[in-house]
Amino acid sequence: MPPLGPGTATDGGRREAAEPRFQDLAAPLDEIPDEAVVEAAGVLEEARIEEVLERLDHELVALGEVKRRLRELAALLLVERLRRRLGLETKPPTLHMCFTGNPGTGKTTVAMRMGELLYRLGYVRKGHLVVASREDLVGQYVGHTAPRTREVLKRAMGGVLFIDEAYNLYRLDNERDYGQEAVELLLQAMENERQNLVVILAGYREKMERFFADVPGLSSRVAHHVEFPDYTLEELMAIAEVMMREHRYRFAVDAETRFREYLHRRMRQPRFANGRSVRNALDRARMRQAVRLYELARRGHRLTKRDLVTIESEDLTLSRVFDTGPEAGG
Amino acid sequence: MTAPGQEPHPPIRGGLRITQGTFSYLPDLSDEQIVAQVQYGIDHGWAVSIEFTDDPHPRNVYWEMWGMPMFDLEDAVAALREVQRCREAFPDHYLRVSLYDPRLTRQTTALQFIVHRPAHEPGFRLDRQEERDRVIRYRLHPYSGERPPGERYGDGRA
Repeated sequence: MPPLGPGTATDGGRREAAEPRFQDLAAPLDEIPDEAVVEAAGVLEEARIEEVLERLDHELVALGEVKRRLRELAALLLVERLRRRLGLETKPPTLHMCFTGNPGTGKTTVAMRMGELLYRLGYVRKGHLVVASREDLVGQYVGHTAPRTREVLKRAMGGVLFIDEAYNLYRLDNERDYGQEAVELLLQAMENERQNLVVILAGYREKMERFFADVPGLSSRVAHHVEFPDYTLEELMAIAEVMMREHRYRFAVDAETRFREYLHRRMRQPRFANGRSVRNALDRARMRQAVRLYELARRGHRLTKRDLVTIESEDLTLSRVFDTGPEAGG
Repeated sequence: MTAPGQEPHPPIRGGLRITQGTFSYLPDLSDEQIVAQVQYGIDHGWAVSIEFTDDPHPRNVYWEMWGMPMFDLEDAVAALREVQRCREAFPDHYLRVSLYDPRLTRQTTALQFIVHRPAHEPGFRLDRQEERDRVIRYRLHPYSGERPPGERYGDGRA
């Protein structure tokens, strides 16, 4: 999978040279007076953490618990940085994480923001995100796995490695499966490259729990577990609003109601993927709008900007979701 | 490029520290220095590649490749890990890091430096061959070349 290049997960600026490493400033706890003041505001401003957290609050709908955890992490990392400034030796905290939740609940998005946050706080050098799954890590024949996993690890160094459906790496049913080797290399890297790499595992909660139980040493390496709950209808509507705005579209008044009805039904149907389903639905609506406008244009109508940006109710009504009765049961 | 307190290495008695590539007149680069140089290359969009050989002749241009060139690195520490693995695999060979600039109008090696040497480098002999009309042909003969590849350094050999 192509990695994001330099500057994509960050604001594009290059950081100044880091302050002295913690090893250089080790000072016993008692040597420094208790009254010594540390410039907290300065560090906060420098890292512009508030900026990132605010942007997170603004751009990600709901995810209250997640945002709270991120703030906690930011606070912890900030305090670590302040302690280092005073010369108090600090071992870098374990930053590997596990995100559990259904598809489309924002795990990959938050992982990317995590990279940026950690970069701002000086805990990773580049802050880019590399997304990997079983296909990228596991080989097809003997000896294939190690180089593949190593390649992915190399690309991810200095940033965040996001492994989706991590439990797929470990297939107990087939003893000749090469996933185990990938898991071992991963565990090794998680331990030895703690200063150079942050690993985020993601997937369904139950499967993840079983994965952790099956792999000894994994739970001791992952410090933070974050659950991503499903979105409520109102939250999904808010997400739709954000997406529409991003793409410079808007709902006609009755269209918004219609979309709410659509979502209400679709949520109860199988394979609903939260934010992703919303995005797909909006894309289809845009397609139908385009078809409708094409017809109008063909018949010689003049189109205004309003026509181009507005999604009408009829662009949504054609969805198959409305085919069944009002009690959408699938 | 010499840091304060570092002088270029004096010639070794009974041997010759080969000076191929950049920084070759400096003492061996530390791991931190290697990372710094490679990071400079990565930040300029250059690809990192590691090569090894035990044939020190200056006309030996193409060394053995240690893995494929790494075009998609963000962090130089990843390259350092590969250098360390190569060092472990070939402790008695010369190792070098090459940084390739792929931009149109350049497309060539931008920076290349040795990152590891065998413990003892015996050096070269200059052979002269006189031909017709008093024309002299010169040849560089590496002393280590007297043994087959793979057996040239290490085990306390001179």
